[in-house]
Amino acid sequence: MSETATIGLDTTPRVSKRFRLQWEEAQQAWVLLYPEGMVRLNQSAGEILRRCDGARSVDEVVADLEQAFATTGLEADVLAFLELARKQQWIDL
Amino acid sequence: MNAPEAVKPQTPPQPGPPLWLLAELTYRCPLHCVFCYNPVDFAHTPDELATEDWLRVLREARAAGSVQCGFSGGEPLLREDLEVLVAEAHKLGFYTNLLTSGVGFSDARARALKDAGLDHIQLSFQDSTRELNDFLSHTRTFELKQKVAATIKDKGWPMVMNCVIHRLNIDYIDRIIDMAVELGAEYLELANSQYYSWAMLNRDQLLPSRAQIERAERITHERRQRYGDRIRIFFVVPDYHETRPKKCMNGWGNVFLTVTPDGTALPCHTARMLPGLAFPNVRDMDVRRIWYESEGFNRYRGDGWMKEPCRSCPEKEKDLGGCRCQAFMLAGDPAAADPVCDKSPSHHKVVEAVERAERGEPAVVERPLVFRGPEESRRRKAGLLPPGG
Ligand code: SF4
Ligand code: SF4
Repeated sequence: MSETATIGLDTTPRVSKRFRLQWEEAQQAWVLLYPEGMVRLNQSAGEILRRCDGARSVDEVVADLEQAFATTGLEADVLAFLELARKQQWIDL
Repeated sequence: MNAPEAVKPQTPPQPGPPLWLLAELTYRCPLHCVFCYNPVDFAHTPDELATEDWLRVLREARAAGSVQCGFSGGEPLLREDLEVLVAEAHKLGFYTNLLTSGVGFSDARARALKDAGLDHIQLSFQDSTRELNDFLSHTRTFELKQKVAATIKDKGWPMVMNCVIHRLNIDYIDRIIDMAVELGAEYLELANSQYYSWAMLNRDQLLPSRAQIERAERITHERRQRYGDRIRIFFVVPDYHETRPKKCMNGWGNVFLTVTPDGTALPCHTARMLPGLAFPNVRDMDVRRIWYESEGFNRYRGDGWMKEPCRSCPEKEKDLGGCRCQAFMLAGDPAAADPVCDKSPSHHKVVEAVERAERGEPAVVERPLVFRGPEESRRRKAGLLPPGG
């Protein structure tokens, strides 16, 4: 993982091995599980992270989201969230 | 209705699911920790739940929305069906945690637990110096823990160390942190002892002075800077030195559900000491009903049960009046304010204990440390002997 590289459109982020991403029926939310803890994600965070599989690029994640939610212009939001996710060590680049 | 806000009957809000299930598989343990949080009368506990019972509890809890599952004890490795339970929990979608002292953790069991899908092991250490470690736990287990730590890393588990901090080891905190890093720990919990059960018996010997705590915090901070991302260090301050209580268990019946070895369901692992409360047993009631409907879980939910000074306190949502067990132990009333709070009429009891710690009164001579053990336990019944009696 490179600390200084900026997240670009061709970056292929993946959910860090420190966490397990899982859909929780009882909470109607995606959660990140880690030793003795849990982060409950809001809908957009969950939808972004579940697409971070280490194969898809940010570009593809954005396109996929825009298609799934029939909208455009998500790029800036996705990049901003991924920046935050990296700070939290939720994703590896 | 036009009732003014203050006298409106408060209906506790519908709680969320029991996110955290703590399965205390057994009270048996080869160690004899002086701060052990198992009940002091654990030797009187009737039969442990059978494998089938636990499997059912896991399924019911998962269906009710539990997602973190901790297997603890006592020493959970003493249960030979541990792997079976972990496998079922994993299959159900739990994040599975094993809380162990490491005694009984062979390579064969490590492999079996890995195959069963165990997500994480929290290894507890008493201290980083073997002498003190052996002194405090009464057994020579220290080298074994180093070996266990290596196995944990080797199997690719995240490495979480937990060390209970108190007067007798707090001055070695630098070595404890350094050793955790050396062993490859990714998380280190330095949890100051909380004063329940065995730790309450030993409180005067275990409570650190303010100067000790400040030094330990300073060192922890300095080590955090030094090690950066290599390790995340959590330092939990002892609430006796505060003037506001902790929000105990993040709220009574709010996220935590403990099931004890005999199947009693509790909102926290020490709640059984509280008088006048019947807690349900998983042998008789399913988890969902226990969580949402039982009297034991509903009694101290929300804030409708509060008395003054909590009832009219502007901070009540922040700490929910603190810990019910501490209120009972120190103020004699589980519905009182936690005496850690300086608004509590019993706050002086906490202050006096801290003052004794400040003076460093060597109670050790007149009153030896009480090591947790079955013989000692049989001589005690919770509530019958006063703390330290
Ligand atoms: S605190 Fe010590 S004695 Fe108590 S269960 Fe844990 S390891 Fe055993
Ligand atoms: S009076 Fe009660 S609610 Fe207010 S801060 Fe103290 S313990 Fe908390």
